[in-house]
Amino acid sequence: MALKTKTSTRIGVTILGWGIALWLFFPIFWMILTSFKSEVQAISTPPKLFFMPTLSSYAEVFERANYWHFALNTVIVSVGATAIAIALAVPAAYSMAFMPSKRTRGTLLWMLSTRMLPPVGVLVPIYILARNTHLLDTCTGLAIVDMLTNLPIIVWMLYTFFREVPAPILEAGRMDGATRWQEMTLVLLPLALPGIASTALLSLILCWNEAFWSLNLTSSHAAPLTAFIASFSSPEGLFFGKLSAASTLAVAPILVFGWISQKQLVRGLTFGAVK
Amino acid sequence: MQAVLEHSPPAGATVRTTKRTGFLLLSPSALILLVWSIVPLVMTLWYSLQNYNLVDPTLHGFAGIDNYWYLLTDPDFLHALLNTLVLVAGVLLISIGGGTLLAVLYDQEFFGRGIARIMVISPFFIMPTVSALLWKNLMLHPIYGVYSAMMRAVGLTPIDWLARFPLMTVMMIVAWEWLPFAVLILLTAVQSLDGEQREAARMDGAGPIARFRYIILPHLGRAISVVVMIETIYLLTIFAEISVTTAGGPGVASTNLAYLIYSRALLQFDVGGASAGGVVAIVIANIVAIFLVRAVARNLEA
Repeated sequence: MALKTKTSTRIGVTILGWGIALWLFFPIFWMILTSFKSEVQAISTPPKLFFMPTLSSYAEVFERANYWHFALNTVIVSVGATAIAIALAVPAAYSMAFMPSKRTRGTLLWMLSTRMLPPVGVLVPIYILARNTHLLDTCTGLAIVDMLTNLPIIVWMLYTFFREVPAPILEAGRMDGATRWQEMTLVLLPLALPGIASTALLSLILCWNEAFWSLNLTSSHAAPLTAFIASFSSPEGLFFGKLSAASTLAVAPILVFGWISQKQLVRGLTFGAVK
Repeated sequence: MQAVLEHSPPAGATVRTTKRTGFLLLSPSALILLVWSIVPLVMTLWYSLQNYNLVDPTLHGFAGIDNYWYLLTDPDFLHALLNTLVLVAGVLLISIGGGTLLAVLYDQEFFGRGIARIMVISPFFIMPTVSALLWKNLMLHPIYGVYSAMMRAVGLTPIDWLARFPLMTVMMIVAWEWLPFAVLILLTAVQSLDGEQREAARMDGAGPIARFRYIILPHLGRAISVVVMIETIYLLTIFAEISVTTAGGPGVASTNLAYLIYSRALLQFDVGGASAGGVVAIVIANIVAIFLVRAVARNLEA
């Protein structure tokens, strides 16, 4: 935008840009605001923008439900699923990127196509399998399912990242006597670390916010934050203060995480596919 | 596939070992995905042909196509199928259309653009259960919701959105979650556009609309196909938003296939019937996938 833009256009763009941003962000802003209101203030009509902030809703949420239990489940499941998926996907992506065969492209597309299998289509068998293997309502069970659903996307993203690494660098390492394992861990991984980081980031966000399997495969023991919030839907639905406090607690970590890492994330999501 | 040519394996005796190593490294992922994609599928198919109810053990045995017949002649099923397609198409339309316009908008320089951008993409990080409850209660509640208060302030009667327009309201909530994702991807694509090319078009006297139509839009093709692919995967299985806001109702007005199967399986314990629904969902997803995988395959080649 090096050329001069008309001032009126500039002002129009500024107003429009901010207007839409504020409108889209408003529900989140309002949720955070309401979480600091008392229950009476939260349902006052017309809604109040200025009020004496209180932490009473937070105190009550912590008192009634064991927030840390749900938060810990979410962290265990997200981190566990992501770690296992990356560990499985790195060798696979390495093999596809540096030892391609005639079937590489077909394999990659097939992997992606497994992701097209709608979870509802296999809800019944997965539920029954989980029940019979005693994995129902366990962090392990949920982490395995999350890992499997994200694996194809992770392999795909790592593959596009690895392809950006020039093969001659790896070959040079091999000439110097590096084994495949050393080539992968000592040469490739450091070079592709930013890509691996953004892939892991996306996986974490997807797992953190995953709702379908969380709601269907867990009940109390392994219920993550998504299920914790859903439990507020019926009886406490009208307690806006508590609902907002609980919701803020559930989204705050990943929201802040997302804000900090959005640049990284965009790279991960678009690298190779969108340039 | 340029990369394949670049990284072609060395000739000679090492080819076979390379092949084997490649296969060994690939096999863990490939194997578990194979099991993951086949075992539940076979089980769904098997159950769908059985009389199988979790709370009624007396009812069992081979059902043939009874479950399918029962499902396909059920008006609820057709309704749910239609709702699924409306939800997917509606949200895709909003996020691609709106996402493209917003990507162009946030590509312009203006005061505080960085913060405005972060605000726009924020809804993507909000978990579905939270955004559904947020909209249902804080925003759209007919008495206490902010939108209702605004409508009253300008002299209108507040509407109970989720009761009057359940499907549309669910669609809007889901679109609010996925529009930011489209903006995120499309904005990156717009920004990667060669600045000189745009300047040149500008110098040649191309107006903003012509520049959008002939320079920006063609450039966005790949980005749009990425958005369509990833979003469709998730939109086919919208569940939490429906479960939390309307529970599929009133009646089946906002029931999609995902919710219908869930209610058959885990609320009515009809494993056979739910599995038949699952098979139908898989068939539909595959029809969609054929088109999508083709688009993605094109991208992988470029």
